[in-house]
Amino acid sequence: MLQKKNLWWVVALAAFVAFPLLQKNPSYQTIGVWTLLYMACAASWNMFSGYSGYIALGSGVFFGSGAYTMALISVHAHMAPGAAMFWLVPVAGVVATAIAVPFGWISLRVRRHTFVVITIAFFFIFQNAASNLSFTGGTSGLQLPFITWGVSYFDLPFYYVALGLVIFVTILSALVRRSRFGLQLLAIRDDEDRALGLGVKVQAVKITGFAMSAFTIGMAGAVYAMFLGQVYPAGSGFAFDPLFDLSIAMMSFFGGLGTLAGPLIGALILESAQQYLTVNYSNGSLYLILLGGLFLIVFMVMPQGIVVAIRDRVSKRAQREKAAVADNELLTAGAAK
Amino acid sequence: MNFTAFVDAAKDGILTGSLYALMATGLTLIFGVMDIINVAQGILVILGAYLSYALSVHLGIDLFVGLAITIPTLFVVGIVIEKAFLGRLKGPEKTAMSILVTFAVALLIEGSLNMIFSVNPVQLHAWYVNRSFSVGGIHFAYIYVAGFVLAVVMLSALYYMLYRTRFGVSVRASLADQASAALVGIDVRRVSTICFGIGVAVTAAGGMIYGATTTFNANTSYDLISRLLTIIVLGGMGSLGGAMLGGVLLVFVGNIVGVIAGPIWSTMAYYVLLVIVLLVRPQGLFGKQSARVA
Repeated sequence: MLQKKNLWWVVALAAFVAFPLLQKNPSYQTIGVWTLLYMACAASWNMFSGYSGYIALGSGVFFGSGAYTMALISVHAHMAPGAAMFWLVPVAGVVATAIAVPFGWISLRVRRHTFVVITIAFFFIFQNAASNLSFTGGTSGLQLPFITWGVSYFDLPFYYVALGLVIFVTILSALVRRSRFGLQLLAIRDDEDRALGLGVKVQAVKITGFAMSAFTIGMAGAVYAMFLGQVYPAGSGFAFDPLFDLSIAMMSFFGGLGTLAGPLIGALILESAQQYLTVNYSNGSLYLILLGGLFLIVFMVMPQGIVVAIRDRVSKRAQREKAAVADNELLTAGAAK
Repeated sequence: MNFTAFVDAAKDGILTGSLYALMATGLTLIFGVMDIINVAQGILVILGAYLSYALSVHLGIDLFVGLAITIPTLFVVGIVIEKAFLGRLKGPEKTAMSILVTFAVALLIEGSLNMIFSVNPVQLHAWYVNRSFSVGGIHFAYIYVAGFVLAVVMLSALYYMLYRTRFGVSVRASLADQASAALVGIDVRRVSTICFGIGVAVTAAGGMIYGATTTFNANTSYDLISRLLTIIVLGGMGSLGGAMLGGVLLVFVGNIVGVIAGPIWSTMAYYVLLVIVLLVRPQGLFGKQSARVA
């Protein structure tokens, strides 16, 4: 089992490590940073929503909280701009997790349909708070310490930190998937009442999963704030962006909900496409049409997502080959008689 | 803070709230019959507003007369969306998938509207838009009163359809239990398609009044859809009465808080209200409490 499947992961990792070394154009390196951040967020989102079937559309709360944690601490502690600020990234993850616990406690008392909508409501509560409270700098936001390291390698530290987040969340997802806890999440997805009847502490499992998924998303938000150099509460591409929630959900569905590689592939395709279109045509509207259209086409052709569609095709072919071999054996056996 | 401000807030809450009630009724009807959460409802309201805008600016058609064109148009748009995409949804992830599919549809419409009408905010104009009359010292803007009347008329028509016609019986049967409805010979697929069309068609009226009372572009749909979703959750998803009460309550509470604590907190107020209601009654005000809701 180890060889062929794991080889793909190694090849992909090598390609990601090598990318900024081979592609020196800073605008493409920047695309790489955004894409990796979205890959980390989509994978982390999938670890809860994909496994448990509870579609959260308020994960922007964690992303924004992470971004604001980075901004507030670095500003108020008068940190020197530089690599030391990366130490705040895990702190931001912890803050996001701490917010996720009460958020989950309230919103996970209801079942799926309502959960979706409550998470959206929470998102707007946080966005409003960030726009209106004084310590967050209101609508004008906060300016982070201005990072001055060399222009020629400016993106590289962000790129590799973001890659580190992707690796971290992928390993975490794989471990969760194989653990007893992961099975409990899957049981909740398949039949929550039966899981409860069989002794799964559904509420505790759901809150734990929700909080775990917040951790990496918060860290990604912190890297985002540091990379951008500023945080604003609202608006497209800023700390609390409603498109963020829907994008990571769509990326996961696009690639394959509940699979390990699906959200990564979905985010890789969709986010890099968006950034490429923005950089080269600076046309956000065209991107919206493409994103919507692409999703609908994929939905019509492969309603389960890319990864599942490919896996099904491969396993069907394997079955056919096996059947063909068996037929041949029968024929030769018959001929020998 | 004074008494008149409260009266104004209450009056606007009822007048504007009725419009939100109308738009949310479409949304909750779709959810109740089809288990579909139509997050494109917000952008469809904006689409309705832009249609009225195009008709009035380019063809000089009055906003209310234009409804005779925009309502059927959006009905057809709804039927097309349902036939092309939503009818294909099935299985346990149906509701979750419906959010993403309708979101994709919303993005397509948003991108197209941005390209056709640009992102500069516009507002609908007519001679009655900025006029008002006063009764007993309270000012009433014509457009708000007209919107209220329109909402009441359309909601009454909807209720008549649901409770006095044969088709309405099929819809209510499908709302109550799809499998049983199919068993007694109701064509649930057809009922679903038409309900989706109706749920979308009401946005034309909502969009016209919305566009006349505030400036809009495609991006304002995010604010709209978040309000509409809040309303139907507050009222209980699938409950028509809940959507009406929720709509009025939302604007009412928002306005009252706006008067007491300042306008910036009014948006926050109804989200907080929602959270409080759900802590006490997770199924919403009029939601059905069922043992197995997947």
